[in-house]
Amino acid sequence: MNILRVARLSKAYGGVQAVREVSFELAAGELLALIGPNGAGKTTCFNLLNGQTAADGGSAEFEGRSLIGLKPRQIWRLGVGRTFQITATFASMTVRENVQTALLNYHGKLNSILALAERLYLDEAMALLARVGMAEQAARPCAVLAYGDLKRVELAIALANRPRLLLMDEPTAGMAPAERVALMRLTAELARASNIAVLFTEHDMDVVFAHADRILVLNRGRLIAEGKPAEVRANREVQEVYLGSGSLFGATHA
Amino acid sequence: MSLSALFIQLLNGLASASSLFLVAAGLSIIFGITRIVNFAHGSLYMLGIYTAYSLVQTFGGGMLGFWGGVLCAGIVVGLFGALVERLLLRRLYHAPELLQLLATFALVLIVRDFALWIWGPEDLLGPRAPGLAGAVAIAGREFPQYDLFLIALGPVVLLLLWLLLTRTRWGTLVRAATEDREMAGALGVNQAWLFTSVFALGSFLAGLGGAVQIPREPAVLTMDLTILSDVFVVVVVGGMGSIPGAFLAAVLIGVIKAFCIGIGNVSLFGLDFSFSKLTLVIEFVVMAVVLAFRPWGLLGRRQGLPRGAAPVEAPLHLPSTGMLKALAAMLALLALLPFVSDRYTLVLLTDILVFALFAVSLHFIMGPAGMHSFGHAAYFGLGAYAAALLLKHAVPMELALALAPLGGGLAALFFGWFCVRLSGVYLAMLTLAFAQIAWSVVYQWDDFTGGSNGLVGIWPAPWLASGSAFYYLALVLCAAAVLLLWRLVYTPFGYALRACRDSPLRADAIGIDVRRQQWLGFALAGLFAGLAGAIYAFSKGSISPDSLSIPRSVDGLVMVLMGGIQTLTGAVAGAAVFTWLQDVITRQTEFWRALLGAVILFLLLAFPQGIAGFLRERWEARAGRSDG
Repeated sequence: MNILRVARLSKAYGGVQAVREVSFELAAGELLALIGPNGAGKTTCFNLLNGQTAADGGSAEFEGRSLIGLKPRQIWRLGVGRTFQITATFASMTVRENVQTALLNYHGKLNSILALAERLYLDEAMALLARVGMAEQAARPCAVLAYGDLKRVELAIALANRPRLLLMDEPTAGMAPAERVALMRLTAELARASNIAVLFTEHDMDVVFAHADRILVLNRGRLIAEGKPAEVRANREVQEVYLGSGSLFGATHA
Repeated sequence: MSLSALFIQLLNGLASASSLFLVAAGLSIIFGITRIVNFAHGSLYMLGIYTAYSLVQTFGGGMLGFWGGVLCAGIVVGLFGALVERLLLRRLYHAPELLQLLATFALVLIVRDFALWIWGPEDLLGPRAPGLAGAVAIAGREFPQYDLFLIALGPVVLLLLWLLLTRTRWGTLVRAATEDREMAGALGVNQAWLFTSVFALGSFLAGLGGAVQIPREPAVLTMDLTILSDVFVVVVVGGMGSIPGAFLAAVLIGVIKAFCIGIGNVSLFGLDFSFSKLTLVIEFVVMAVVLAFRPWGLLGRRQGLPRGAAPVEAPLHLPSTGMLKALAAMLALLALLPFVSDRYTLVLLTDILVFALFAVSLHFIMGPAGMHSFGHAAYFGLGAYAAALLLKHAVPMELALALAPLGGGLAALFFGWFCVRLSGVYLAMLTLAFAQIAWSVVYQWDDFTGGSNGLVGIWPAPWLASGSAFYYLALVLCAAAVLLLWRLVYTPFGYALRACRDSPLRADAIGIDVRRQQWLGFALAGLFAGLAGAIYAFSKGSISPDSLSIPRSVDGLVMVLMGGIQTLTGAVAGAAVFTWLQDVITRQTEFWRALLGAVILFLLLAFPQGIAGFLRERWEARAGRSDG
């Protein structure tokens, strides 16, 4: 079943058509990569879906509900989780408290002025941290974590609202190659185990071809190819777009 | 108003805009490069006027004497600024930004008393400018020649500054460092020298801006803070760091102010409305309007945050049993004190309790919520006035005390709605602006608030009249409120506020309405400040506009920062030490401000993490040793 349906999505900045009439669908449990050269419109496309930017035209529906015009926090309420290219966590809190804060809002307890936050949803937070392999570091402050660990924490936070869709912007940016593979493997496992649809943008072609079920290729705001990794790799137009950078073909060992 | 009168008011406005621009440009340049909101900038302006007065007296009022004196005054103040930067601020560049601000406020206190010591409390008016002492006929009216000179001065200085910043190597370095200080440093720019020279230039402009005022305006000891709030407004309206923006804003505000004076009293629909009274707030109204539409000022841009300036706060832990026991012992001690202490001590302790609550309510929004308010006294004062006015309108004292905090809370709810739309230094300035508006409404509304005299006869109910009874009331209310605020930090509501401070982006992405959360936090802090104000009013028996003035807001800042913003208990320690120090020092010497300033500077240099922060560090160091 397709839970995300995007049709003819468009956005222009002045005279630049950053995203033009992009359409695609995403099924539960599927990992969909959004790739393209710099300036192809990946980030814009992404921000149209997560509420950061308002679309000029087209539609985006999540489980039948339109995402257009919604604020990020409203989209989160529908059951969409997000991670950022540069991790965004609460630095003055411990790893566990970061997840707890997200859980507090998920359970509608955020404005409680009676309970002590530290004691709420402890087990649930620990269970989420265990899923991303961060249970041992639960009591450490986020400010002192290694970057790869921070990415895992962010993933745990993003899972707190039991999302059916995860939007991950450059999930492996800034990480060492070995860590990248580990994080994406973890993401893929989580997605399949909980039937979560994942849409991610990515620069690292190793990651894309190893983990994506399907790939969308954007160029100059247009969707130029879509399909399974092997199909995309064989696509003539995609080869032309990436020719010269070599990034797509150097990745065949993946 | 006739067309010619309108024209004359326009010229008046432009004349006063020039001096304002000079001072504002100095502040803007200094802020751009050091990211310090220099509270002492108004003091530099004041020094400029006084120095120019003395120099002109010494040199004689001749052509050379006057103009030489004015220019030399600027240079003297410039050198003074450079000295301050080298000797003091340099040592604090690695301290959190807010502590640097505190240091500049200590300077305000010291300079104020320095001026009192040298020049005395009398107002001093300088001689007229030789060569420009007359008047010219413009549009059928007499207009001072000197004011025409001032009108020309602003654009000339703007041009010179523009040439300096765009055509010289030094100017390029300044612009680069303003844009990105770390990157400029990484490219090998000698920052130490650059900072000193920028401070000297900014101080020179402030001093000159003051010096050229001597024929127009008497030198008064309170002008440091008066001009400071004007200049803050100009810089914020123009956009922090933008020199042309400062010019535009100075002209805008100068002209609007002059028109308000020119229009005078107007009768509309049978209501008398005084535009000249509006001058006290008009600039703040302009600022509020501009910031509502252009959050970074007319020509400003969003400020890049300095990288890694403040250390990240350590995670908050629930207090240990030892801590709770110490707290209980402290409260028990406070409860037993009336049996052993005299009346005077009880009054001082009541003050400390009130200001501890005030400081804790300010810390609540500054610390966990990350919103730096420069105008928190507004809510304290409005709570106090609410209590006084309710009592005056025949509400029983107990009920007045219970309802009064709403005065602070509702005001904070209203002002806060605008404030949370901004962040950082812009938010701070807007809080200051609202506090000034509240102050001037209270100050001018004679019939209702008693104007500058305030209200008297605000005494507690008979059963609370004895010193110790009221002390117990203050103790119970303040302690309960402080504990409640502290506990609030540990609740989900407090976590949400910290989340919004740590990462608004992430908070938004986990469904938190950041503005709403901050708005509620702001209003809540106002409510508790209002309670402190109400208790204060009843403890003093009278209330005056001073209770919501800018110096009172700054007192709150000093308490929070002295205690250490990163500790929960710091605000109480800061309030106790500050209130006690102020009491002790004012009894010792006429120059208590300077002494207080010196003490603050000493504490800053000795304990850059604040008193409570210092104690905690020592505690942890000891605990660490005994563990190992």
